[in-house]
Amino acid sequence: MSDYAVVGHSVYRKDAVQKATGQVLHVGNIEMPGMLHVAVLRSPYPHARIAGIDKARAQALAGVAAVLTGADVAAMPGVDPCFGPAFRDQPILAIDRVLHIGDPVVAVAALDRRLAEDALQLVDIDYEPLPPILDVLEAVKPEAPVLHPKLRPAGTFADLAHVRAGQSSNVCYHFKLRKGDVEKAFAEADRVFEDTFRSPPAQHVPMEPHVTLAYLDENQRINVWSATQTPSYVRTELSAIFGLPMSRIRVRVPYLGGGYGAKLYAKLEPLVTALALVTRRPVRYALTREEEFVTITKHGVVAKLKTAVKDGTITGRKCEVYWDTGAYAEIGPRIVHKSGYTSAGPYRMPNVWIDGYCVYTNKPPAGAFRGFGVPQVIWAYDSQMDIIARALGADPVEFRLRHALDEGEEFATGTPVQAFGLKPSIKQAAEAIEWSKPRPAKRGTKARGKGIAAGVKAVLTPSISGAIVTLSADGSVNILSSTVEMGQGAETMMAQIVAEELGVAFEQVHIVQPDTDITPYDTITAGSRSTYHMGNAVRMAAAKIKTELFAIVASKLEVNPEDLVARGARIYVRGSPERGMRISEAFLAKFGSLGTTLTGEAICQTMAMPMDPETGQSEKCTEYWFPSATAVELEVDTETGQVSILKFFAVGDAGTAINPKHCEQQLLGSAITHLGLTLFEEMVFDEGRLLNGSLLDYQIASVKDMPEDFRSIVVEVPHESGPFGAKGVGETGALTVSAAIANAVEDATGARIRELPLTPEKILRHLSALKPPRPAGKR
Amino acid sequence: MSRELSLSVNGRLEKLQVEDADTLLEVLRDRLKLWSVREGCGVGACGTCTVLMDGRPVSSCLLLATRVAGREVVTVEGISQDGRLHFIQEAFIEQRALQCGYCTPGFILSVKALLEENPDPTEAEVREYLSGNLCRCAGYADILRAVRAAQEKIRSRTTGDQPKKQ
Repeated sequence: MSDYAVVGHSVYRKDAVQKATGQVLHVGNIEMPGMLHVAVLRSPYPHARIAGIDKARAQALAGVAAVLTGADVAAMPGVDPCFGPAFRDQPILAIDRVLHIGDPVVAVAALDRRLAEDALQLVDIDYEPLPPILDVLEAVKPEAPVLHPKLRPAGTFADLAHVRAGQSSNVCYHFKLRKGDVEKAFAEADRVFEDTFRSPPAQHVPMEPHVTLAYLDENQRINVWSATQTPSYVRTELSAIFGLPMSRIRVRVPYLGGGYGAKLYAKLEPLVTALALVTRRPVRYALTREEEFVTITKHGVVAKLKTAVKDGTITGRKCEVYWDTGAYAEIGPRIVHKSGYTSAGPYRMPNVWIDGYCVYTNKPPAGAFRGFGVPQVIWAYDSQMDIIARALGADPVEFRLRHALDEGEEFATGTPVQAFGLKPSIKQAAEAIEWSKPRPAKRGTKARGKGIAAGVKAVLTPSISGAIVTLSADGSVNILSSTVEMGQGAETMMAQIVAEELGVAFEQVHIVQPDTDITPYDTITAGSRSTYHMGNAVRMAAAKIKTELFAIVASKLEVNPEDLVARGARIYVRGSPERGMRISEAFLAKFGSLGTTLTGEAICQTMAMPMDPETGQSEKCTEYWFPSATAVELEVDTETGQVSILKFFAVGDAGTAINPKHCEQQLLGSAITHLGLTLFEEMVFDEGRLLNGSLLDYQIASVKDMPEDFRSIVVEVPHESGPFGAKGVGETGALTVSAAIANAVEDATGARIRELPLTPEKILRHLSALKPPRPAGKR
Repeated sequence: MSRELSLSVNGRLEKLQVEDADTLLEVLRDRLKLWSVREGCGVGACGTCTVLMDGRPVSSCLLLATRVAGREVVTVEGISQDGRLHFIQEAFIEQRALQCGYCTPGFILSVKALLEENPDPTEAEVREYLSGNLCRCAGYADILRAVRAAQEKIRSRTTGDQPKKQ
């Protein structure tokens, strides 16, 4: 049990009652007088030139307020018609050409959605189709046409300062890591393993699709309500696009119906703002699920791994990783960089070579997805760890433990790892699944196997979280923070930390939701960073108030402020609770009034040493690591190829669990999502056209897919600079699922599958390849 | 074509003009402002927009409003009485069976229909019944526990016991 009053306890989430009654505020519930609705005409071609657009008939339709094209946006005075977090490569509406099926071309704002859709029917667009690039390995060939010949770095984020302008190929970003001499390792190796692993593009499927409302207020300021994970970024981006001071833009975010990375950076906000500026009326745009499918995806990845082994030990690894970022770079370059550098795994190897390529194709743009690219690279390297261990006759768990980095050892980037609970995670996973116990023999057509996988993600660094905390004289507290509540329990986490720091009741703490007029800058609600960064910011802000309170009480009681503690809404001398004052008494003593407030403000800013652009080396590439392990036991029906997961353990290092129940929910929730991604989820394209772009055809995990025995194990290796030792845990459960399941499938059947998802069809195909050929003529 | 529709929503008789193409979802949200009713997929595949029609769960995004004439529709707004939460809502809160909360109203109504049909379902029956409701936060373990807790509440109510403190 925790030593703390609030931290470390599984308090109930702040928003539970509103959510159980359905009365929680979402952007879709906000209506304004005269509000217009939007429908968008999208490209039917993966790649085409726009020869002409005739919108006259649509514009003439009664009830239509605006019909907007890319040319119209570009003609708006002072407007930069292109946006993007890494490169300004994405037009608000297509200009002269379209780059994927579903690319927005014409937008209509009308009195209602159906009217807007009717107006779209009246728009004529003349397309001249161009040959599309649909495969990431085709796109990198020198003869491939270059989709973005001119690239402009966005310059918004400090950690993307290294992306370069100009473009002579479809690789918009190339990450390099060079350590030791990998070719020498191959030359001297006893064995060299070469494998190619593929993972397909996939969908985030937040149950609430993207939705944005924009209007001009009485001061003609742009006001935006949006379902975004990045309110601060959206303000910066709108300021850059529309050439307005940031103070003239207000972005507010209520509760999100899920995000999982889909709602990062700018999505609908630029278009909806443009429509609000043109029509001078409130405009709301809610994506349909079908539109959601072509708006943002998870990167499909081809990862080629070549690994040298000498005397049973890995001596070198070369990773060539191709990331299909689709028609627009989106945050692809950050993924290829921040996740790319972990491509060789958290294992000891003196020689490492990584090339990560962020590649344009004529597919819908790919962006952040819970795990930020790390699940794709772990899928590759921890599948290969098993392949190698089995080939060497080594035990896969022992093989991992023997190579796993210890505290203080250098990662491939040259950064010493710290608070690195990797080995404990692997050991606990192995123990939970009773790894050393023999597998039951095959019964009928059911083959049983166990699998383990491990890996790490590094938190995005540098980044910034600011927070303001105000304490009212009655001991109640408001927290002003731009961290978005999207289900993960961030509000509850912040309230727990501040309640602990100020010694007030959890119930007395209220969270003011993101509002860029009021809440300070925060880089992003993503990447398992909020508990650490915003947790530290709110704690430091609260600590400033506490210092002021202690000074007041110390002078009143004539004691040393260092001897004071805050607990139970009182400030008192440690060990002598009777020598103290209530918070309200301290306020009265200082201000003579109960209407006053004390305010603390703090910024948590993490720093990294920039990586060498040629070698990827850095003394400090990240603020903290989060190790993950998954252990599964499953059964494969060798007649049908069907996989049934019998036991599943999601293991993650949370530093200190601020709210143990919420940590468990994060681990298990991200694990089930990735269980679906491993076994059946895949966006299937044919000639650039998505064949399964609805939830009828694209299935995600339901309650029926939840394993019978499904548990999380929270490993706690406190981080010395985390709030109360905490790190993040929002993605940890996602990271290692795919490799663990594939490893168990091989354990059960001998079939090694290197391409996700592990569908029954694929498993059967591999199983039949394993069988000795039947003698001719016999059945 | 526009026509008059009368139906019962959460125990109140409603009369309104609707278009033939209007779905029940649009009428409940846009006209009656019942914000618990939300669209997730628009094709009846995710269960987010689930409401009860004569006690049975239906996807309101697929149902034309005119087809609901004379029926009794219940949304989550209609299941708590006098400001007191329904025991299934309590079970969802106590078992922390909600995260982003977007799918929660649909789940709660499906569970209500299930337990009215079968107050003591097996876990397999629960899984089967709820497989049409999707939760991408994937709090399925908590949701299953909430259903068991709600079953327990029914059991203790019928035997006169006080519900067990969770």
